[in-house]
Amino acid sequence: MSQPVKFYQTGTFTVGNRLLAPEQRSVQASTERANALNSGHRACQGCGEALGARYAVDAALRASGGKLIAANATGCLEVFSTPYPETSWQLPWIHSLFGNAAAVGTGIAAALKVKALKGGRSGVRVIAQGGDGGTTDIGFGCLSGMFERNDDVLYICYDNQGYMNTGVQRSSATPPAARTATTMAVGDAPGAAFGQGKKLPLIAMAHEIPYVATATVAELHDLEAKVEKAMGLHGARYLHVLVPCPLGWGAASRDTIALARLARECGLFPVFEAERGEITAVGKIRRRVPVADYLRPQKRFAHLFADGAGGTDALARIQAQADHNIRRFGLLDERTDERTGERTGEQTAA
Amino acid sequence: MIRQIEGSRAVAEAVALCRPEVICAYPISPQTHIVEGLGELVKSGTLAPCEFINVESEFAAMSVAIGASAAGARAYTATASQGLLFMAEAVYNASGLGLPIVMTVANRAIGAPINIWNDHSDSMSQRDCGWIQLFAAHNQEALDLHIQAFRLAEELSMPVMVCMDGFILTHAFEQVDMPAQAQVDAFLPPYEPRQLLDVDEPVSIGAMVGPEAFMEVRYLAHAKQLQALQRIPQLAEEFQRCFGRNTCGLLRGYHLADADTVVVALGSVLGTLRETVDELRRDGRRIGVLGITSFRPFPLAAVREALQGAQRVVVLEKSFSVGLGGVVSTDVRLALSGLSLRGCTVVAGLGGRAITRASLTRMLLEALADKLPPLSFLDLDWRIVNRQLEREAQMRRSGPTAENLLRDVGTVASKVN
Repeated sequence: MSQPVKFYQTGTFTVGNRLLAPEQRSVQASTERANALNSGHRACQGCGEALGARYAVDAALRASGGKLIAANATGCLEVFSTPYPETSWQLPWIHSLFGNAAAVGTGIAAALKVKALKGGRSGVRVIAQGGDGGTTDIGFGCLSGMFERNDDVLYICYDNQGYMNTGVQRSSATPPAARTATTMAVGDAPGAAFGQGKKLPLIAMAHEIPYVATATVAELHDLEAKVEKAMGLHGARYLHVLVPCPLGWGAASRDTIALARLARECGLFPVFEAERGEITAVGKIRRRVPVADYLRPQKRFAHLFADGAGGTDALARIQAQADHNIRRFGLLDERTDERTGERTGEQTAA
Repeated sequence: MIRQIEGSRAVAEAVALCRPEVICAYPISPQTHIVEGLGELVKSGTLAPCEFINVESEFAAMSVAIGASAAGARAYTATASQGLLFMAEAVYNASGLGLPIVMTVANRAIGAPINIWNDHSDSMSQRDCGWIQLFAAHNQEALDLHIQAFRLAEELSMPVMVCMDGFILTHAFEQVDMPAQAQVDAFLPPYEPRQLLDVDEPVSIGAMVGPEAFMEVRYLAHAKQLQALQRIPQLAEEFQRCFGRNTCGLLRGYHLADADTVVVALGSVLGTLRETVDELRRDGRRIGVLGITSFRPFPLAAVREALQGAQRVVVLEKSFSVGLGGVVSTDVRLALSGLSLRGCTVVAGLGGRAITRASLTRMLLEALADKLPPLSFLDLDWRIVNRQLEREAQMRRSGPTAENLLRDVGTVASKVN
């Protein structure tokens, strides 16, 4: 960004298009806009994954000049996009299994490399994608192998924090206290257990691969920019996108973007970029909110707010996690008051 | 060129002559020397261009092969035993998608108890997976079958498993005739995929298929296998014309014409069987051997034709369907439906138990005297079996079975009668 964007209006934290550099401005979709994931698919209303995938794959398609092949793990994205003859994919796309998207991506990349050496088409790029279950759990071995070998694949995880396709069960990306079908809101410690779960972006960084980034569907330009940056690099790259799931989270379809933004603004979902294992950029929190603001609209956390349910302790523990993230990743601007999150001076847009 | 080399090396060089473009390797005994050989051929530039990928598991090995094959590359991998089971989900996926991957299975037992030695439990566990399964009787055949496997797989767009006995073949130094590159090139044209991940003509591969078409897709896999029944003998003939060697196609008969007793088997034990039968024939016994090269597709009609003149059929198998008996026998019986033959299943050689001529002779003499039970276990040590059964009857906490038996056996690591 050439210069800090100034917020002139109080009470709003959006940035007017006219204040942005032309290349950063939002544009309305035109008939020329290519959709990698066509309309007519069967995702739920307000599906964060459909939105995230469309923007991410479109950006990757643009960055590769239309020369892109996708490998997809089993899951919502695969199921809602491909019941034949109604495939929504406008690029060469393969689904093999739940746990092998990264390895299938490796195989495609290897084949393309040999074909290019034999005088075939060169410059064809590969993405592999899946949900959090297919990435952090069952596909983790293949993903780590792909990272470790630095295979030329961009892996995109659309994280909706659970096995939504099979009916909202707990994954290793499910946050503590969240109610799922296998971590019911019953007993002394309702919802998912504290002290468990994987931070896959950090694990990806530990492989010291060229590029790791996180993003949310609340900031689609940021997502696109990160895809573009990833596509400008070769080797193993990882993008972890938070995609709220109205069904699994028990949230209103209209709140998908708002929840993604709140997850970031409360500090629970840190947005950052890392190269070769080092964090290089952090998406600063614009207006800090307590975690309760993010959790309350989601029915999966309803037990935390019910009268006499004793959710206060759990809420405090979740808030402590957010605070820890904010300290660890430096999510608050220096000019933002650490205690209140109130801006003390000019705010820099993330 | 005639050479005296290890079976694994022969297979590695034969595979290299087939110009694979992507090779995925995850080590498991006794497959290791094959992928080591290929790794060296790729790294030295002898086989180029080719991507040799050291993957993190067999599941990844097959998955990388799936991606590579779908992107139009000739893909190869090799495995054995636990490795084949670990990749099982992807094995089914490769055939379900119709991707012509070729894989060597260096046949080895499946644990527990863990055991690295040869039997056929591993590939038999995948007999219904949709892959074509060819069994090599010796190292020359292993070499030759790989070259045919790529041709067959790519013609049909179905994957082919070449099974060779672990250690007995993979680690045996034998004389083989290694073909020249030009010969293989003439026999095996470059891979032309039926389906391709192609940016010029985007397709979706691997969509969900519901009840409206699933059965038909599965039937078409069977139809491919039926086509293979025709193509395997034709390719064997063509191979013979190109390379001057008979690789027998679906079956290999030995002294079947006048045999009233036929032993059916797969793999390297066929060599021992032939020698045993030679000896018995010298004593005037009319006995023959039927070797099955193509286990999937199973050549029902050819097996029936080969066996219908016999009075007794003994299926000698290195696999075991616990709770039933034989695996191959079930298929042989199906081939013989309606024929009144005396049939016996002999389970032998599990976990590398040596199948000796002496034991085979003893067993076959029993068979000829109609004294062989319908299901028997060659050289089973009933002493330690019964001791364990007694132990279990006597006390609740009888302890781990395998360890008890090993204690009873003493310090002998291998058992040769």
